[in-house]
Amino acid sequence: MKKLTLCLGLTLTQIMASTQLMAMGEDQPRFSKVLFDQLEVRDTDEGRVLGWEMDAWYGGDINKLYFASEGERLMAPEEDDEDPATEGAETRLAWSHAFAPYWDWQLGVRRDWQPDDPNRDWASLGVQGVAPYWFEVNANLFVGEDGLTNLRLEAEYELMLTQKLALVPSVEANIYGKDDDELGIGDGLTDIEAGLRLRYEIRRELAPYIGINWEKQYGDTADLTRASGGKTEEGMFVAGVRLWF
Amino acid sequence: MNTRHPFSLPRRRFVQGLALGAAGLGMGLSPRQLLATQGHTGAPILEGDTFHLTLGGADVNITGKSRPATTINGGIPGPTLRWREGDTATLKVTNLLPETSSIHWHGLLLPFQMDGVPGLSFDGIQPGETFTYQFPLVQSGTYWYHSHSGFQEQTGIYGAIIIDPKTPDPEPFDREQVVMLSDWSDEDPQHIYATLKKLSHYYNFNERTVFDTLRDFREKGVMKTLKDRHMWNRMRMSDRDLADVTGYTYTYLMNGQSPNGNWTCQFNPGERIKLRLINASAMTFFDIRIPGLDMKVVAMDGQPVKPVDFHEVRLGVAETLDVIVAPKNDRAYTLFAQSIDRSGFARGTLTPDPAMTAAVPEMDEPPLLGHTEMGMGAMAGMDHSMMNHGGMDMSGMDHSTMNHDMPNMEHGNNAVPFAVDPANPDLSPRDSATEHLASEHSPEVDMRAMAPGEMLADPGIGLRDRKWKVLTYADMETLGGPPDSLHPDREIVLHLTGNMSRYMWSFNGTPFADATPLELYHHERVRITLVNDTMMTHPIHLHGLWSDLELGNGKLLRKHTITVKPGEKLSYLVRADALGRWAYHCHLLYHMAAGMFREVRVVKNKGDMDAMPMMNHHQHGEGA
Repeated sequence: MKKLTLCLGLTLTQIMASTQLMAMGEDQPRFSKVLFDQLEVRDTDEGRVLGWEMDAWYGGDINKLYFASEGERLMAPEEDDEDPATEGAETRLAWSHAFAPYWDWQLGVRRDWQPDDPNRDWASLGVQGVAPYWFEVNANLFVGEDGLTNLRLEAEYELMLTQKLALVPSVEANIYGKDDDELGIGDGLTDIEAGLRLRYEIRRELAPYIGINWEKQYGDTADLTRASGGKTEEGMFVAGVRLWF
Repeated sequence: MNTRHPFSLPRRRFVQGLALGAAGLGMGLSPRQLLATQGHTGAPILEGDTFHLTLGGADVNITGKSRPATTINGGIPGPTLRWREGDTATLKVTNLLPETSSIHWHGLLLPFQMDGVPGLSFDGIQPGETFTYQFPLVQSGTYWYHSHSGFQEQTGIYGAIIIDPKTPDPEPFDREQVVMLSDWSDEDPQHIYATLKKLSHYYNFNERTVFDTLRDFREKGVMKTLKDRHMWNRMRMSDRDLADVTGYTYTYLMNGQSPNGNWTCQFNPGERIKLRLINASAMTFFDIRIPGLDMKVVAMDGQPVKPVDFHEVRLGVAETLDVIVAPKNDRAYTLFAQSIDRSGFARGTLTPDPAMTAAVPEMDEPPLLGHTEMGMGAMAGMDHSMMNHGGMDMSGMDHSTMNHDMPNMEHGNNAVPFAVDPANPDLSPRDSATEHLASEHSPEVDMRAMAPGEMLADPGIGLRDRKWKVLTYADMETLGGPPDSLHPDREIVLHLTGNMSRYMWSFNGTPFADATPLELYHHERVRITLVNDTMMTHPIHLHGLWSDLELGNGKLLRKHTITVKPGEKLSYLVRADALGRWAYHCHLLYHMAAGMFREVRVVKNKGDMDAMPMMNHHQHGEGA
């Protein structure tokens, strides 16, 4: 979270700088955007969890510095003996380059922060953009230490109900190329997460929403979770706000 | 009132009309100039040949909030400058803004150093400095002037120019009135630009919803709807994308007055009134009409045209149109100018009695873009009877029967082969005007017109099903026949290109920052063919040189700004008779900023150009 705050601070400074742009296009002005696509409370079996998914960029039309972060923090544990704590977070810093009208490739690094488990560092290569039929698509291949690989596929769709009300289905799948025993992850398809969020844009930049989220583990990962007495599937209500600037 | 539009007049932003802060008011005016009549425009009219203009900041209240603006002599619009053809104009322009500024005299022929484009004509006017413009007035008509620095044009630095002709006006009138249309936002224009870069459809609140698609299922059938939607969805294009910046943030002004301010022109029934319509907005195409009153066009872009009666016209950004109206009855008329996307309107009243007003028409339904705008074939032959735009059921039209080129619009045998120009290396030769260059296949370009058509007689999106006459370029012709040769020495093809979602705009897929100047050779006659590969309408303005639009059949329409519709291909002839560095750009302010801009250099003949036939240098009136 400190990193996140630092990043936001930097971005704000850059926004101030970008207002000095020239209007005649003589020099390439740079812009920045910070988007919290999900900033929400999740009603989970462990207790109330704050979850976030955000990204930010700074740069010109073709080349951008890209930052993304997602994670969860347990706010109000169900069990009295647990303390509020960040359960896990992931940050990614990448160079983003437009290679097609609707597509950017992204080359960078990812770090997973895990208070109780070892952190993981990855190199990342991804493609992000809008597919035909307006599906927002994000595909990333992560290559980590000890030959770990993780392929992540994400897709989201905005179904406009009115000019301000949008229903947003989303889906994310993770595939691992190799077991990560320390973290209890088996190879193959590890998990799928699907969400459905209904948001109302008070302004374009500010949209509270409610929704449901469903996660399920698969394959060896699910077996490992079951063996340690955990649940492999969970549905939950979420409520939050989407905001950008 | 049309209650479907949340941002139209009913929302009433408690518009106060224009209340200006006093800063800069009257500064630099000589007593003689202060005597100038206060017109109905709210803008003073300055007459003579020597003027002092002061560019300064002021707070204005147009929407109910006090917001910073940039002004000329303290007003928005700035004073109307009234000149005489044959005089030499001297303008001392003092910049009291904290940033560089400039004034560009839009549509005037003058030495390029006086053209007012920072970086090309001069360095701009630095804060606290005074720059003296001086140039002979070699033309007459209605023009305008505006800042060419930053986004100052959006925040108020614009005004009207009237140059009275040496010879008597061929169309006499009893009363005249400048009608200057513009778009005002309380937002900082730099914020608007940044917002478009972050979310290009930010200002569009007419997007397709699920219910629109369900309605289409009901009305057109599921299969047909899916088929229609397929094209748009596959291309990731919106058929609702008519304007980048809309009434969501804009208040549309007529002579500086908001719709509630109701700018009013008083007349006596029976008078012939000349309205000098000027679109001084940053981003807005206006569809202008006066319900109950015919208009007769007598000049466009300052240049007299053969008079034509009409009822409505779409005036592009930076274009001017002189019309004569002759209200005979003792009643009021509404001068109504709705934006192309129907997100708002400017409005004023022509009335014999200031207490009398007329009904304000409802805005139309926002039109939907169709195959024509997709560049999939122009509207056939302008046969209005076959156009069923009520439901915009255009996919049902059989494209095989549409003549993509109107036979009467062909250029005849004027065309010369596409020249390979060593001085313009980024202008690769094309096999045809519609062929796409490699530079147009890049992240900068999200679509390319497959079958752009000649659409000069097309009233344009949203105006095709009018029951009344909509003026088009094809209806007009420069008075007195072609003012210059019909035969070009050389041909240049430029495609208007862009990527809407990234908000990038360019010529030939190359934005200004990466482009080399276009070189024209002194006195040559060049045909510029423009192909619009985007789904937006672009007003293309060449500084310093006339753009003689080719109407076919030996007809030309002399203009300074030419509006190119989506999917359109058109051409115009340019006599490169003014040496120097000129700006050439889309006059939509944020498109220009994003890169739809080129420098045009008119240079002396080069050695390697000796072989090029330089014919008919000053053959005026040929082919009349």
